[in-house]
Order: sequence, then structure tokens, then C-alpha cells
Amino acid sequence: MKYSYYPGCTLKSTAIEYGWSTEAVCEALGIELVEIEDWNCCGASSAHSLDHRLALALPTRDLMRAQALRADIVMPCAACYGRMAAADHRMRTDPAWRKEMEAEFQTEYIGAARPRTLLDVLGNDLGPEALAAKVKRPLTGLRTVSYYGCLLIRPPDLTNRWDDPEHPTVMDRILRTLGAEPVPWAHTVECCGASLALDRADVVTVLSGRIAQGANDAGADCIVCACPLCQANLDSRQKGVSPKVPVMYITELMGLALDLPGRNKWYAKHLVDPRPLLRAKGLE
Amino acid sequence: MKRIGVFICHCGINIAGTVDVKRVAEALKDYPGVVLATDYMYMCSDPGQSLIRQSIKDQALEGVVVAACSPAMHEVTFRKASAQAGLNPYQTEIANIREQVSWVHQGDKEAATEKAIEHIKTIVEKVKYNESLVPLSLSLVKKALIIGGGIAGLQAALDIASAGYPVVLVERSDRLGGHVGQLSGVYVNFDAAHDLLQSKLQAVQNNPRIKVFLRTEVEELGGYVGNFTAKLKHRSGNADEEPTFSEHAFGAVVVATGYSLRPLAKFGEYGGGRYPDIIDALTFEQMLAADGPTGGEIRRPSDGAVPREVIFVQCAGSRDPEHHMPYCSKICCMYTAKQATLYKQRVPDGQAYVFYIDIRSQGRDYEEFVQSAMTQQDVLYVRGKVARLYEQDGKVVAWAADTLTGKPIEVQADLAVLATAVMPAEGAVELAQKLRIATDEHGFFSEAHPKLRPVESLTAGIFLAGTAQAPKDIPETVAQASAAAAKVLSLFSQRELVAEPTIAYVDEELCSGCGLCIPACPYQAREMHPWKHKAVVHEALCQGCGACVVACPNKACKLRNLTPSHVLAMMDAYLAEV
Amino acid sequence: MTAGATASLASHTRTQAPSAGATQAVLRVDPTFLRTVESLSHENIRLCYYCLKCTAGCPTAYAMDYGPAHILKLVQLGQKDRVLRSSAIWLCVGCETCWTRCPNGIAAGHVMDALKQMALREGYAPAERRVLVLHRQFLNSIRLFGRVHELSMLALYKLLSGDLFTDLDLGARMFLRGKIPILPERIKGMAKIQQLFRKQPRGQG
Repeated sequence: MKYSYYPGCTLKSTAIEYGWSTEAVCEALGIELVEIEDWNCCGASSAHSLDHRLALALPTRDLMRAQALRADIVMPCAACYGRMAAADHRMRTDPAWRKEMEAEFQTEYIGAARPRTLLDVLGNDLGPEALAAKVKRPLTGLRTVSYYGCLLIRPPDLTNRWDDPEHPTVMDRILRTLGAEPVPWAHTVECCGASLALDRADVVTVLSGRIAQGANDAGADCIVCACPLCQANLDSRQKGVSPKVPVMYITELMGLALDLPGRNKWYAKHLVDPRPLLRAKGLE
Repeated sequence: MKRIGVFICHCGINIAGTVDVKRVAEALKDYPGVVLATDYMYMCSDPGQSLIRQSIKDQALEGVVVAACSPAMHEVTFRKASAQAGLNPYQTEIANIREQVSWVHQGDKEAATEKAIEHIKTIVEKVKYNESLVPLSLSLVKKALIIGGGIAGLQAALDIASAGYPVVLVERSDRLGGHVGQLSGVYVNFDAAHDLLQSKLQAVQNNPRIKVFLRTEVEELGGYVGNFTAKLKHRSGNADEEPTFSEHAFGAVVVATGYSLRPLAKFGEYGGGRYPDIIDALTFEQMLAADGPTGGEIRRPSDGAVPREVIFVQCAGSRDPEHHMPYCSKICCMYTAKQATLYKQRVPDGQAYVFYIDIRSQGRDYEEFVQSAMTQQDVLYVRGKVARLYEQDGKVVAWAADTLTGKPIEVQADLAVLATAVMPAEGAVELAQKLRIATDEHGFFSEAHPKLRPVESLTAGIFLAGTAQAPKDIPETVAQASAAAAKVLSLFSQRELVAEPTIAYVDEELCSGCGLCIPACPYQAREMHPWKHKAVVHEALCQGCGACVVACPNKACKLRNLTPSHVLAMMDAYLAEV
Repeated sequence: MTAGATASLASHTRTQAPSAGATQAVLRVDPTFLRTVESLSHENIRLCYYCLKCTAGCPTAYAMDYGPAHILKLVQLGQKDRVLRSSAIWLCVGCETCWTRCPNGIAAGHVMDALKQMALREGYAPAERRVLVLHRQFLNSIRLFGRVHELSMLALYKLLSGDLFTDLDLGARMFLRGKIPILPERIKGMAKIQQLFRKQPRGQG
């Protein structure tokens, strides 16, 4: 299984543990990640807010550079995925725009590299048997809630419905394969507050706070997510939430279940330290 | 040579504005066989028809060509006028110089006039070869098949039977009454649905002319109006037993198969059917019914408690072209007001909310009924569509919004009732294929004309009634059922059926029995004679399409009044102009 | 979710900026504005029947002056000034929930983007100034490095927004955990990136 890899800006900084755990897990599962050479930032929500042409052109540069490998592009970050999927869709459906971009980048667009989320690849391409075979430390007794946020599964017109936009289940399936106990809750696809993280932190506190409290109300031990901004918002804005809920990347829990080395480095990056929980459950 | 009269219509300026009708008349005057060529403003008018009748008498005409609009408009009119003057109607033909000449060549009057002349000449040639034909008369089985035992089917059965004709009523479930049997009180008077239905059921049971088959479906329908043959499949009460079949003859069919509601599983944002206290309107209705599963008590499915707050969500799946049905389901505004009112009557200190986009209350006393729910019953109506429903900590949470303040709203209630979209009954499209009637893109059976023929399908002899044709409420259903019954009675009041004779026939001398015409026929109107080994036409089924004529290698198969002699003469007339 | 303060149109008229007629309580309708915004956003705003399902599901609507459906209604009524001054357009986070649920397939969030861009082109000060500052510094970082360098971006954001002291503790904790690298990584293809930035920004098209 070979993919182009687009880490996105945060995977070497604010979501560094997501980056490390992604690479470790993919290597252990035989998923080869070929990082797109000299990739640029996708523009996230700032580009589409301020400059529509730039917002599509920036990810298009990455799509063009990924073509040579002729493989799908796997992305751990939901926002990067949203932007790439939008750029790819526009190239496929608007011939005038495609011509303009081909002229801009002096490259023909063959569309051989489809943008995919990491969760989609781990859940749908890998298959539960392949994962189950490698589980060495089942996450027995760990009650989790799966948190998708927005851009992994919306808008369904662009995501190809790789998971259901109102009631997604792939993450739960992976967690069950790892031996954890995903519990039902109502906040899977609610927004964490996204880019208002700094400029309207009060909104993030309301939205992420409700999600974190919802995890507590559902009786979960931790929240599991697959997006750097969601993790950061949930991890950092739990004012008024009690007890504080650890927010794990899916790849961190996979790394734990697969008994991969170096996990402590990942946990140490969190603001809400997950280690007390993991030790209490006998998982670490 | 046959004495033929040519009558050229101006049709106001529809024809005369492009075609020089006077010149056309002049050109036809001297054409061989034409003894009279004249023009008139509106041939279809009374004076126009009188002109034809008088000319037939005065000029001893043996054939008539009316150059006018499409035969679909007035062929019948002119043939009748000819018959009144003693001329066989099939000696009268139309030359369409409106749709086929003046309307499509408005830019070139010279060419249009030439084409009109040419066209009329070919029809004159056709009439020269025409035989005087007699319409076919077909026998008529005066027995009706009604598919569906809900209120529409019951009403139609009663109307037809009370006029003296036998009826077979077929219902696929194990009881009559359909969805009305699941209702509690009906708007606006809160009459018990059970009582309304009982009166109809009693009448049906007591009527010796109505035979009811429960657990029965139509397996096949063959034949044609007046002479349908239906194969019925009867299931027994036991799952293990094989079904049995029976065959019957009918003259008419009424389709009254009713509706279904869009399933909760389709509404991801409303929980997709996973939450026990988020239910649909029929489920709530059954809770309200005294003879229903809760004995008329309103209880939360999750814990059996009496709900103190209930949210009603209108337009769940209707008016949603993007994800569900684009149309309005018509009945939900009214039944929601009724359900909210009944809830308040039984739980007086409870609170009901109705989230709506519009209120559609278009019958007698309907608007007053909804207003009464708002004012007297204190139901809180909020204009705004609910975005999400979920259950948490034993409460149903609704994320909605209010249009007038523009603000999002959150309500926590004990129960949520969704007015889900009305859709055709399951299996409607498959049934339509068996009956060979059309449906629209949603599966509702199509009526022959949206304004003027609301209870007929496009297939003669098959009529429609009730929600099978489109969402509607009980009074409209009953009216439509009676209307369909009236159509059936009108059919049955005839001694026999009359069909057009301009159909295919087989010249047995030329027929070699090759059988190529049989699969060519789209109407299954042909078969091989059992011992003559010649093709035989079922005159009642034949639509005169001509596919068999094309298939026949010997030209043994011909269409009456459009034989090869006709066609070749018409071709000669066209080519002569060059 | 709290319902937030009810903001009537009348109170908005009074507190808005002093353009001519702003104190009027009666709206002047300009039907051409709808067509302009539809063509910039590529959204069929005229299909909206104001059911408010978008507002009901919008995560930040509670904090907005006008919910997304109201912005669409104001666009339809040609209330350009009101719309370009609103906080709504700046508080939209692009979660795409509106598009996912709209019965008529309208992406209200894309309309918000087109309106943000129009507001900037026409010189309107954003109702949520800090949101603009952050977006600008985010893009600035890309223009310099090809990827976002958080440290410099955050520092510039703090300085330019004037919001110097909030979240300093959070920032420190992140820094101490090694989540905010000091040195930026600059990609090689900067010429191309800068070329993309120099093209005129415009709405969908």
C-alpha cells in the first residue's frame, strides 16, 4: 500500500505527536508514505476567506506535484483534506479553470492522485483483519468517544461519503478492532470552533467545552480525534469542564495497541496529560 | 373516380397567416378527382361543419379532405359531420397544414403554400384508395377489480357495487382499512377514524356484490379495457405455505394502493431511527388511538413516562430537493395541528412545539383549526426548520432556529414527532410495470391530464384513486375514489365498446406463416392461428402502429386505409411536383 | 447553546455607521445586489426559502449578529451596507454544515466568503477585526515561507491585533512542549508561491 503523503503545516509543530504517531503506525502496518516533495501550505480557512483564486491555487500546486507517483494522497489534517478535495473537484468539473491552472503550473492535470483522509485509508483501505493481526496491547476497558469534527465528512458532495456525514462509524470500528469500547454520544460531528482558536477563543471555549463535557456525560475516558485543530481546541479549551478529558489522536491509540516504541514522547505533548488515564486503565 | 371535396381551413391566422389558402384552393380545384375545393375561416365551427355536410349532399361527395390542424384535434369532429351527412366517416381524412406546414415555416410563405398544396394532394390520393370501414365492437366484462383495501378502495368498491356491478377488492395485508385504520381522531372534528372506517367496512361486508381477498396481490394483468384478465396471488396466514393463484376477468381496474412514509433511517440529522423517543407521525398517531398499542395513552417509548414536552417537526423530508422529496406532502400541517391539539387535551399541563416552514391549511375550516391549536391550545408554533435532533440524558434535544428573530433555538423535550414525507406505497413502481401504467419520477401513478383527467391513467380502463396518485387527505381521497367509480360506471353503462378499425389485418393468401410479425408487435396483439398457420390480429389490442407491416416480408400484413397502394399513391403525388 | 441577545433590525439601524439613510427604519430594496453576490459566490441564493435549517445547525450563529439565513435574506433585499458591516461574515468558520443540510443545496458559507472579500475590496472595516488580522498573518506566513511558521505568525498577530496578553500561558505551555518551532522552514518553490500571491484576489471565477 503506497500513498503520496501530505503532512500539512501543523504536523511538524503544534500537532507533532500526530505526525510522529502517523508515521510510526503507517510503517508498522506496511503503508508506505511518500512525502510530496517541497509541498506548500494548503491555505486552510484563511485563504478561502480572503482570496478565492489563491485558495484553490495553493493546494493545486500540491496536487500537481503529487501526480507523478500515481497514488492517492493521504492527509492527516481535515482542513488540508477539505482544501485539496475542493481544488481537485474544481479541476475535474471546470475545464476553463483547469486550463488556467495547467498554464499556471505548466503541467497537465491528469487527476491520478485523489485526496484521502488518513482515517479513510486506515479504516477502509486497510481492513480490520490486517489491523487486528498486529494488535499486541488491546485497549481493554478504555471507553472512548469518536470525534470527527467538520471537514473530515463535510460537505458530502466533496468527500464522496467515505463515511456518513451525520453518523460516521469508521473510527468506532477501528477502536473496536483495537479492543477499546467506543460509547455512543451526540457530539461526533459538531464543530470545535476551528480557526476562531485565537481571535475568538470564547467561542471555542463554548463549542469545545460542550464537546468535552459531552464526553464526560457519555461516560467516556477520552475523546479520539483525527484533526490537528480539533485536538488543539479540545485539548486547550476545557475551562469549566470537569474532569478534564484527554484528547487522543487515533494514531496514538493505534500506536499503543500495536505496541510501537516512542509513545511517551507523543503523550508528553498533550496539554491534558493522558498518561494518568492510561496507567489507571493498565494500558501503560 | 371517387368524387372528393377539399375544405381548406384558415384557422384564423394560424394557417392563413402563412399559407395563401385561396391559392391552395385554386390549385386543388382542377386536381383529378377533386370536384370541390373551397376555403373557410374555421372549419371546426358549426358553419364550417355545416359546409361539409351540405357539400356532401349537394356534390354527392364520396370522399372528404379537410386541410386544417392536427388530426388529434378534430378528426373525430369532421368524421362525425360526414357521418351525419351519410358519408362513411373513414372516407374523411385530415391534411395537417397547421402543425406540419404553417407553424413550422412561418418565415417562408411561398414555400409553405407550395408544401400545403403538395400535402393536400397526397391526402386526396389516400382518400381515393380508402375503404368504407365500420368501427369494431368489443364485448365488455362488467366487473371491476380494485387494488387496495384502504379508504379509497373501499369507497370505489361501494360506489361501483351499489350501481349493480360486481367488484373484487384485493388487499395485500391481512386487514382492510389501510392507513385510516391506524389513525386516532381525524381533523377537523376529531371524529374517531375507527368509527368512520367501520361504517365503510360494514357496508362492504354487507354488500353481496363485493368480494374481498385479503393477503392477495395482483401477479399479472393482461388484456385491455373491457377485457382484462388478472392473475391474483393469494398468501395464506402461514409463512410456510405456498401461495395459490386464481384468474379472473374484469372490465375495469381501480388502483388505490395508498402511501407509505419516508423511513426514519433516511434522516441522519434526526437520529436515523436510532433514538427511541424520536418517532414518526404514524407511530404517534397509533399512540393516540384508543384501540392502538398503548390504549390511547401518550407515553415515551424509552421509559413509558408521560412526555411533558413534545416537539413536532414539520417538513421532515418534504420540500427538500437536495436530500429527500422536493414536493410538499400536503397533509402534515393539518395532522400536526391535530396531533398537537390531542396531546394538549390529554396532557393539559404539557407543552407542545411545532417547528414549521409554512402552514398549508386549505380546506373548509382548516385555517381556523390550525389557529385554534395556536391560540386555544397554546401550542407554540416556531417558524424554522430543525437542524438536529438527538437524545442525551433522557431528553430529546432539538437545534432549531426562529426566522423572525433570526436566532438559533435549542429546545429540550421528552418526545419528538416527525412529520415525514408521504411517498408511494412500497412496490408501487413494480405494480405500475405489471399494469403497464405510468408513474412520475417519485413513483406516484400518473394521471392522464393534470387538470382535466385526474382519475384516469393513460391506459384505457385503469383508473386511479387516493394517495397512490399524489399526497392528499381523506375528503379528497373519498372524492377521487367516487370519481374513479363514476368513470368505471360510465364505461360499464355501454352495451359494448367501440374501437377504431384503422388497424392491422392479414391477407391470408399472402401470409406464409413465418411469424416475424408476432415478436414485432409491442402490444402483444398478434399470434399464430393454431391450425391455419397464418398470423392473426387481436383487433381489440392492435393500436395500428404498423410495426408488423414493416416486419412482414410478403406484405401480407397491412393497415386498413394505409395499405401499400395508399402509400405508393401518396408518394407519387409528392414526387410528381418535382 | 444560549440564545444570545435578540437583535432587532430597528436597533441595528440606529447603531450602524452614519451612511445616509442609516437611521431609516424602512429598507430600500436593491434587487441587483442579489445577482452580484450570486455570481461572485456561485451560489443560487434565490433558491433559499428561509427555513433556517442552516442557522439552526450553524455552530457560531449564537455569536453572530445575523444568522446565515438572515445574511442571505439581507443579500436578497439588497442591504449591502448592513451585510458588509456584519459580524456574521467574519464568524463563519467554514464548517460546511449549512451546505450539508440545506434542502436547496445552498452553501451559505461560500456566500460568507464572497462577502468578506467584497467588504475588504470596498474598504469596510471588519466587524471582527482580530479575525481578519489572523487570516492576514496566516497568509503572510505562507507568502514568506510557503508554509505557516507559527511563532512569527502568532507574534505578528498579537502585535497587530493589540491582543498582547491573552493566552500567554497557553503559548508558553505549547512552546515548552516543543510544539512551536523557533526557526521557519522555507520551501524551494517560493517564486511560484509569490507569483500566486501577486495575482489579483477575486471572488469565485
